[in-house]
Amino acid sequence: MTDPNTLSPLDLDTPDKTFLDANELVINMGPQHPATHGVLRVILRLDGEKVMGLECVIGYLHRGVEKIAENRTYTMFNPYVDRMDYVAAVSNGLGYCEAVEKLLNVEAPARAQYIRVILTELNRIASHQLWLGTHALDIGAITPLFYTFRDREEILKIFEKYCGARLTTHAFRIGGLQYESYDGFEKDVRNFVNFVKPKIDEYEELLTTNRIWLERTKGVGVISGPDAIALGVTGPVLRASGVKWDIRKALPYANYKNFDFEIPTGQSGDTYDRYLVRMVEMRQSLRIVEQAVEGIPEGPIMAKVPKVIKPAVGEIYHSIEAPKGELGYFIVSDGSTQPYRIRVRPPSFVNLQALDVMCRGQLVADVIAVIGTLDIVLGEVDR
Amino acid sequence: MHEFIDYIQSYLKTKDLTPGGDGNIFWATVYILLVFVGLSVAVIAMNWLERKILAHMQVRLGPMRVGPHGLLQPIADAIKLLLKEDIIPSEADAAIFWVAPFMVVLSAFTVFVVVPFGPAHAITDMNIGILFMLGVSSLSVLGIVMAGWASNSHYPLIGALRSSAQMVSYEVAMGLAVVSVIIMTSLNLDGVGSLSMIEIVKQQQAQGMWFIFKFFPLGLVGFVIFAIAMVAETNRAPFDLPEAESELTAGFHTEYSGFRWSLFFLAEYSAMIAVSSIAVTLWLGGWLRPFPNWLNGTTWDLVFSFFPGLTFLFFAAICFFNTVRMPKHPLFKIQTMGLAGFGVVLGLIGLAMFYGPVRERVGDIYWFSAKVAAFMYLYIWYRGTFPRYRFDQLMKVGWKVLLPMGLALLILTAGVGMRTELWAQVQEVLHK
Repeated sequence: MTDPNTLSPLDLDTPDKTFLDANELVINMGPQHPATHGVLRVILRLDGEKVMGLECVIGYLHRGVEKIAENRTYTMFNPYVDRMDYVAAVSNGLGYCEAVEKLLNVEAPARAQYIRVILTELNRIASHQLWLGTHALDIGAITPLFYTFRDREEILKIFEKYCGARLTTHAFRIGGLQYESYDGFEKDVRNFVNFVKPKIDEYEELLTTNRIWLERTKGVGVISGPDAIALGVTGPVLRASGVKWDIRKALPYANYKNFDFEIPTGQSGDTYDRYLVRMVEMRQSLRIVEQAVEGIPEGPIMAKVPKVIKPAVGEIYHSIEAPKGELGYFIVSDGSTQPYRIRVRPPSFVNLQALDVMCRGQLVADVIAVIGTLDIVLGEVDR
Repeated sequence: MHEFIDYIQSYLKTKDLTPGGDGNIFWATVYILLVFVGLSVAVIAMNWLERKILAHMQVRLGPMRVGPHGLLQPIADAIKLLLKEDIIPSEADAAIFWVAPFMVVLSAFTVFVVVPFGPAHAITDMNIGILFMLGVSSLSVLGIVMAGWASNSHYPLIGALRSSAQMVSYEVAMGLAVVSVIIMTSLNLDGVGSLSMIEIVKQQQAQGMWFIFKFFPLGLVGFVIFAIAMVAETNRAPFDLPEAESELTAGFHTEYSGFRWSLFFLAEYSAMIAVSSIAVTLWLGGWLRPFPNWLNGTTWDLVFSFFPGLTFLFFAAICFFNTVRMPKHPLFKIQTMGLAGFGVVLGLIGLAMFYGPVRERVGDIYWFSAKVAAFMYLYIWYRGTFPRYRFDQLMKVGWKVLLPMGLALLILTAGVGMRTELWAQVQEVLHK
């Protein structure tokens, strides 16, 4: 496999001295492009249709979230994190709240933990559904998009009933939850689990054994396990390369050690394996939701957290398994009400740097497939 | 005036020759106008149907706002496109940019000169009909390359290159499948085959079966090869790489807008209809109604001649059913009346088709159009189901799968067709 350390950055200024020079074509893909999932700009160097190399240009959606944090109190910053990975806002909130709780040395009560797990896993399914729809659309299958959006709607309805928001939920608070689960929450969740199980079969029916889908995804965008680790790739992309690393199992947080679920892994690390891993992950998330909704304990939903959050001087790094990979928060406290520095480790940003390795030597159409399979959200890449 | 009507009637009575074959310029012009108008209406209807059918496959409603059930949406779109600013990019090669869409439209429409809607319902009957169709329809690749080149931009250029490579390579397999049919047409008493579109259909009637069932499964294989190649030829899903939206934004027509863009659109849909007509003519018995030899006689003729009228009445019934289901709110009053009116028009057309002289003449056109419409549905179905092939895979399918299959098919068809002669030769050799 290619060693990421030996990859040379694209040199776009000096012309290539090979005799193939005349065939080279530099194409600018994005930031306005239907398949770059937002405002990603990719500069492709092509030989005919073959990709010789590419360079990502990011920052078109930069809003300075990390800098904003330095001028907000811990509580005030909580809604901002939802705006990073806006299709998995609940996971972002969970990561941030847990990080601050760790800094304060408090733990959310058991009931809050269970509801958090339910909402986060539902959000994982929603995020994967959105990924599946858009990924299939990029490869040319338009129909799965509408099926996944139809079913994702049911999850968003549960979010809306729970906290009033559908996308940027701000569902959790530091120390637990603000809202008690509404009447019929358990019933809604159970209904959803029963509703979506056959729907996942429906997606698989359209794609898993589809010849064209197999040809388009097998052996495309291959990344080996060691390469993935060296590039810091996490989440389903890493697991599809055969590395069994899931923070829910490896460094359990938020009660995940109480639930019985499996970590799916792939072998070949190609786009098809990543597709299969995510499909199984959706089913495993349903398993977790089922267990959690059966065992919600009674009790308080908020730990004893001071009204004004003033953590002691210190620093903390806490990471969770977001739908796209390891989402980490590094928080430095100077003892005041505002964090001295917050650094977010977004999974999309780190996974995106594997794009060059995965695309070299492939065709233009594969670049689109690989961008789709990396499941990036530009809000999170640029922050 | 009376003389004119008499002339029309006297012409319509002699219905064994096409106007072109008759050398009748007046009727040829009338037919050309009819085909042109009919084709434009078909494209408009196809546009609406594609959006509606695709929408219903994808759990959504599709156009619902302009007119009842979005029936006027294609017209609204056409008006919008015509009113748009005519943009020619400053870096583009203006002359070629200007000519390219006309080139594509020209080739897409010209092929209809030889499409046989009935034994006498064609503009003309050339003795090289099928060659003419394949030849002219492949001219459209020139227009696409011109469009891609003249746009002077990277995405259209790649789209045009893809398109030309794709169309050229699939034409080979397509041609081989067509040749196998021409071999089949020669399996008559004279032993003379024909390239004429009308003669091909007549041979299917004479030999007592559609060529799709001839030498089962050889005819079927040829049909499948053609059916795959024709989707690639018209750049439709799953072979829609030249305009792969997610990769090349819009392929060769990225820089086009407004009227020029709509010409490409028109050409794409009429090309779809054109290749479907070839498939119908060559394999599915063209204008022949089902079982023309088995269920023959005047009674069966009468029964089958009711089909066109019944179809239109069925569509009218659907319209009336949906009129009843329309919301009762006053806001929907105009839409409800519009839908009812549309149903009435369809119903009247349906009733007119029961009238003797009309009934006898529309049967051919009806069966031909019904078969082509089935292909149009297939096109939409493909689009709703399949992901898109990658360029190298597309080439692989064309050259490594369809071409060898076509060659083998050709040899097998020829061998099976000449089996008695071959057997005689073998016996002769054995005797020596």
